[in-house]
Amino acid sequence: METTTDVIVVGGGPAGISAAITIARAGLKVILIERGRFSGAKNVFGGAIYTKPTKEIFPDFETSAPLERKNIMHKYAILGEEDSTVVSYNNKNAEASSYTVIRAKFDRWMADEAKKAGVIIVEETVVKELIVEEGFVVGVKTELEDIGAKLVILADGVNSLLARQIGLRDDIETKDVALSVKEVIKLDKEKINDRFNLEDGEGCVYQLFGGSMLGKLGLGFLYTNENSVSIGLGITLNELTENKITPYELLEGIKKHPTIAPLIKGGELLEYSAHLIPEGGYKKIPQLCANGVMIAGDAAMLVDNLHWEGTNLAMISGKLAAETAIEAIEKNDFSEECLSAYSEKLENSFILKDLKAYRFLMEAAHDRRESFFGYYFKKINEFFESFTSVDSIPKREKYWNFLKNFVIGRNILEIFKDIWGVLKILWGIIVP
Amino acid sequence: MSENIEKKLATVKYNCDVHCHLHPNQADCLICESKCCEYVCPAHVYEWSEERQELMVNFENCLECGACKIACEKKSLGWEYPKGTKGVIFKQG
Repeated sequence: METTTDVIVVGGGPAGISAAITIARAGLKVILIERGRFSGAKNVFGGAIYTKPTKEIFPDFETSAPLERKNIMHKYAILGEEDSTVVSYNNKNAEASSYTVIRAKFDRWMADEAKKAGVIIVEETVVKELIVEEGFVVGVKTELEDIGAKLVILADGVNSLLARQIGLRDDIETKDVALSVKEVIKLDKEKINDRFNLEDGEGCVYQLFGGSMLGKLGLGFLYTNENSVSIGLGITLNELTENKITPYELLEGIKKHPTIAPLIKGGELLEYSAHLIPEGGYKKIPQLCANGVMIAGDAAMLVDNLHWEGTNLAMISGKLAAETAIEAIEKNDFSEECLSAYSEKLENSFILKDLKAYRFLMEAAHDRRESFFGYYFKKINEFFESFTSVDSIPKREKYWNFLKNFVIGRNILEIFKDIWGVLKILWGIIVP
Repeated sequence: MSENIEKKLATVKYNCDVHCHLHPNQADCLICESKCCEYVCPAHVYEWSEERQELMVNFENCLECGACKIACEKKSLGWEYPKGTKGVIFKQG
């Protein structure tokens, strides 16, 4: 191999860039290989980036990165056929916990920061396979040349063909990924401010339950950017195969809902996009390291889907992989045993603690999706419909009717199964 | 292809390759019952042609998400990234 370096990072997203910049800052040589024309060209998310974890990698990002809006308003909307119930949490004065960003701009900015720190970034290049010698990953084969390294960090995203190549994980199953489709819709800044009750620079995040996905394991989202709105959804892939529906039909359903349609009315579609979200949870995390290689971010299934966290897990896992790489290079030991310090670091961080706390979540969500994502959402809207209607029916009678219908509409055994599912999730959260 | 998805895809920027990066195993497609790639794909890349008894692949529209590879009933869809200079270029992701 003509070219050699200390560390090769595959993938120029949040995980890869965070890993590469941490290594470069320690004075080591690092090459980051990105398949897109630039970082962000192949990336899609909701989305928002989270302030605190981003500061761990880029302490001054709030003054220098291309940010859209600071999120001060979080809305949770349960969409019925035509009605909805919305809960909203707002705090204009709180420190910004997240900002909306456009990945093509933000990832590119991160990559520029990495370049300044000394990372060599090779764009428009696909890594075809890992080079393995005597049981150790010792480099990568790109379309053009072979590059050698002491260590390789895989941050090549949800499909991670390279992790599969060397057997760090099995084939992904349809229930372990959600397909996300998104539209970015252009709207004037003033219009966004008026419609969402915001001032300049302030943003609103909607989590959308039900609607066209009622009873299915999928959720919608809406984020405000400076001059556009991102609206989309994520739906577990097996819902599409089992129900024979397309993701864009579901998205049209959400966009047409009477609660959502006025928010995006008159907007011009700037871009349609799609991406997979790794949602297998704790039990589906692949082997995190092997001789000469570690795996971070989406490629390692590090997504906390309940809290819509992914980029933060990516950044921090990238950083932890990098710190492990730095230690390994000091010791000149690239064995799986030495690199298992990375798994330990993840175990001791919020990343695996959170994913472990929700270890029963996806199983229960899959099993009980028809009730958790359907029946109960319907009942919440029905309750408020009854609560807000003034029709000369005595209130006690209304409450009894609601309760009666609640039980009649649901087989008692099913209710027990639902309760069991909830208890199991809670057990996972409370008991380590 | 429905007008709806065509309009959406018209907003996406691509640098198309002449070579297809998606390789269905046509022998498997012929006996595949669900042909689920036709509807899981967010870009309507796949269409079964009754006339030609063949899965048509409009790879130029591919958004490179990987859903088809995972959903493929026969687990036989060859899927690779387009060449480094090719494929989708998201500007608003």
